[in-house]
Amino acid sequence: MLRKGIALAAFGLAILAAPAALAAGGAAPVKHVEFSFEGPFGKFDQAQLQRGYKVYREVCSACHSMNLMSFRNLGQKGGPFFDPKYPNPNDNPYVKSIAAEYQIKDIDSETGDVIERPGTSADRFPSPFPNEPAARASNGGAMPPDLSVMAKARHHGPQYIYSLLTGYQDPPAGLKVGVGQHYNPFMAGDVTASWSGPHDKVPPGGFIAMAPPLAAGQVTFDDGTKSTLENQAKDVAAFLTWASEPKMQERKAFGMAAMIYLLIFAGLLYVSYRKIWKNVAH
Amino acid sequence: MSGHSNYEPKTGIERWLDVRLPVVRLAYDSIIDFPTPKNLNYWWTFGGILAVCLGIQLVTGIVLAMHYVPHVDHAFASVERIMRDVNYGWLIRYMHANGASMFFIAVYIHMFRGLYYGSYKAPREVLWILGCVIYLLMMATAFMGYVLPWGQMSFHGAVVITNLFGALPIVGEAITTWLWGGFAVDNPTLNRFFSLHFLLPFMIAGVVGLHIWALHVPGNNNPTGVNVKSKEDTVPFHPYYTVKDGFAIVVFMIMFATFVFYNPNALGHADNYIPANPLVTPAHIVPEWYFLPFYAILRAVPDKLGGVILMFGAIAVMFVLPWLDTSKVRSMRYRPTAKLYFFIFVLACLILGYCGGKLPDDHVIPGLSTFTLIDADLNSFVWLSRFAALYYFAYFLVVLPVLGLTETPLPQPESISAPVLSHPANAPAGAAASPEKRG
Amino acid sequence: MRPQTKGSFKVADTVVGANPDTHAAGDDPNRRDFIHIAAAVAAGGAVASLAWPFIDQMNPSGDTLALASVEFDLTKVELGQQVVIKWRGKPLFIRKRTGAEIAAAIKDDTADLRDPQTDEERHKPGKAEWLVVIGTCTHLGCVPTFGGGDFGGWFCPCHGSHYDTSGRIRKGPAPKNLAVPDYAFLSDTKVKVG
Repeated sequence: MLRKGIALAAFGLAILAAPAALAAGGAAPVKHVEFSFEGPFGKFDQAQLQRGYKVYREVCSACHSMNLMSFRNLGQKGGPFFDPKYPNPNDNPYVKSIAAEYQIKDIDSETGDVIERPGTSADRFPSPFPNEPAARASNGGAMPPDLSVMAKARHHGPQYIYSLLTGYQDPPAGLKVGVGQHYNPFMAGDVTASWSGPHDKVPPGGFIAMAPPLAAGQVTFDDGTKSTLENQAKDVAAFLTWASEPKMQERKAFGMAAMIYLLIFAGLLYVSYRKIWKNVAH
Repeated sequence: MSGHSNYEPKTGIERWLDVRLPVVRLAYDSIIDFPTPKNLNYWWTFGGILAVCLGIQLVTGIVLAMHYVPHVDHAFASVERIMRDVNYGWLIRYMHANGASMFFIAVYIHMFRGLYYGSYKAPREVLWILGCVIYLLMMATAFMGYVLPWGQMSFHGAVVITNLFGALPIVGEAITTWLWGGFAVDNPTLNRFFSLHFLLPFMIAGVVGLHIWALHVPGNNNPTGVNVKSKEDTVPFHPYYTVKDGFAIVVFMIMFATFVFYNPNALGHADNYIPANPLVTPAHIVPEWYFLPFYAILRAVPDKLGGVILMFGAIAVMFVLPWLDTSKVRSMRYRPTAKLYFFIFVLACLILGYCGGKLPDDHVIPGLSTFTLIDADLNSFVWLSRFAALYYFAYFLVVLPVLGLTETPLPQPESISAPVLSHPANAPAGAAASPEKRG
Repeated sequence: MRPQTKGSFKVADTVVGANPDTHAAGDDPNRRDFIHIAAAVAAGGAVASLAWPFIDQMNPSGDTLALASVEFDLTKVELGQQVVIKWRGKPLFIRKRTGAEIAAAIKDDTADLRDPQTDEERHKPGKAEWLVVIGTCTHLGCVPTFGGGDFGGWFCPCHGSHYDTSGRIRKGPAPKNLAVPDYAFLSDTKVKVG
């Protein structure tokens, strides 16, 4: 009977394996890079999240919004600036000071005028552009995507972000790159139309409007971490992963308890089942 | 629900209620005392697993509806708000999203079990057809539910599926406009899909009630396919099958929990975390995995109407299955030839599912170009789907009708209790009874 | 789970000795019962522990809690005026009381009060002119209006509750004084409520 159960589980997995094999495209396979949050016991590295936030704030946020993020999120459990002294992230003084550095558009409650006031922890990250056409106009017609759930919106999200940011390279000879475009082998797309080389050797990847955003030394890390391109890319990938799935640690911890419980429960039921059926010939 | 009841009200209140509304008697007769063949294997536990799946989807769905905003400007953000800000929202939403996949895994196993053991044959035709109705309702519900997060896959999936109706001659365009409530998939579409996504599960629950009723009239089929002959063949449902189903349900929950807690997005598409954009279609648009076999059939036909007809035909043919299979022997245990064709059928379904997730013109064997037949290379997924789809229909329309008339089944046991003493697989010749012809 | 005998074989498992089993310990009825009970308890525990997330999801969410405290600039309030702001979805009265109002409130400290409280207890020390109360009637939650009623304070139009200039209930069906929320002066001109 147990053998059949195993066979059954294998059958289920076989069905599931089919769609998992979908990921096929023109982009090069992502670079292999390991993160602390992978695996069933994975946890975010708070120092890394802080560095990643700094990269986002000093570089990415010039063009990319994070509309789903509020300053308070930075101080919530598992976040970059979580402080056990302030379980309510709204009271976290560091988060408040970050928020206050931003000017948030608001309406004066008495005059109705559009005003700017210092941000509070409840405010969302302000967008760099007032609307989509403005964002496009400032970026050569390309819309810098919102980064709130970027790590969930791409296959192998963290690795993809890391690969894209570190993957800029000179286009191979025979590839014509348009004005305002950059070649990146990890970008989704198809460069066949711009390729004059042999047909069976079309380079992987696509064109991206974003110029290489990171360079060594661009962001100074307060904790002394060396500011290499790779470190910046890895840290911002970790930060964006946390932002995409801020409850991931909570989820995995809950899951561990649930799995242990379910396994014990299954064991008890199996023994109970064997006892009840013991004298039934079947 | 039918025949003799062994329920004896013990207390005064039970006696009082039993005369007025015999609901305790109903429960007693159908889940405590219900005589169930004692030889049911683990494939029979999926009925119970499916009931749990439906319950989980209903409870999590009602909770999600408390927080979800069915508006094109807010739907995406409201789902993310559930994941970020609502207490345990991540758990509830991931249970619901993965629960849909679990529901389909279980329902497919349940259906293949019915096909293998001939559970659709007399006197269980209505039971089978009700199951097909549930499956159709499940597909409609799952499709509309997938639209609600209003990501790229939601939106363009809705566009593609609603456009299927445009294939109908004359009325096609009017029907799609009516479905959309506009000239494209937009806010009115999202609102009605939300409303229907809330309604349909209760209709499913209603049909499940009928399905269980129809099960309790003839009673369970069993792995031998032989009718229950005496009390020796059965055990009361409780505790024998409550504990066995319970164990299977918990094992199934372990698999479910693995997805929810450790790989919650594995069964979805990354593109659906990009907010819907009517101006850009994702490069590779595929439905959820459970629709892939039908999607492959749709794409196998190089004609819009033909593809739609064949796709719906693939489901419609299941409704008439009880009258297509001419064999009087229920279980394929005793039909070695049919068993072989059955496993090829399972393989064909898996192949169709695999093809549905691939680009039609991609090569099955990488790098090998053969020759172009009609519109595509023979070594392409579109041709593989065509062969598999052909087998899919041939199994129902040719194999089962013909095989029942031509094959020689193995001897079936006299009764359910008999093969306990001598399992047919290793029974000495003559130990079991001669082939029985029983309806 | 009662033992039953059906036909020639034993269906249930309690009949020790019917089965020539040497593992007598395994047939100990107590242990068998324990297993079944443990399994049933585990099932109950699973349902119960999963119930909490489904209950807790209806509690205020993270973004709602984030808006639970507001800061307010007092320079916007004139003497003898009140400003109504929305706090936790409810009106909050921030009133700058005149000397006469304060005096009337103190005079009534000794009156027959339904919910006895001195005026001193209802404002921050040394800030008698600032009265901050939640603007919902303690009867059934309507919003009282200022300037009505018999005591110069608030009057609730729904069921006729009268509050004085300290927001204390004086007449009508309401049981309690208008509630004073947790608040603090961040500076002379700024309060933080919540």
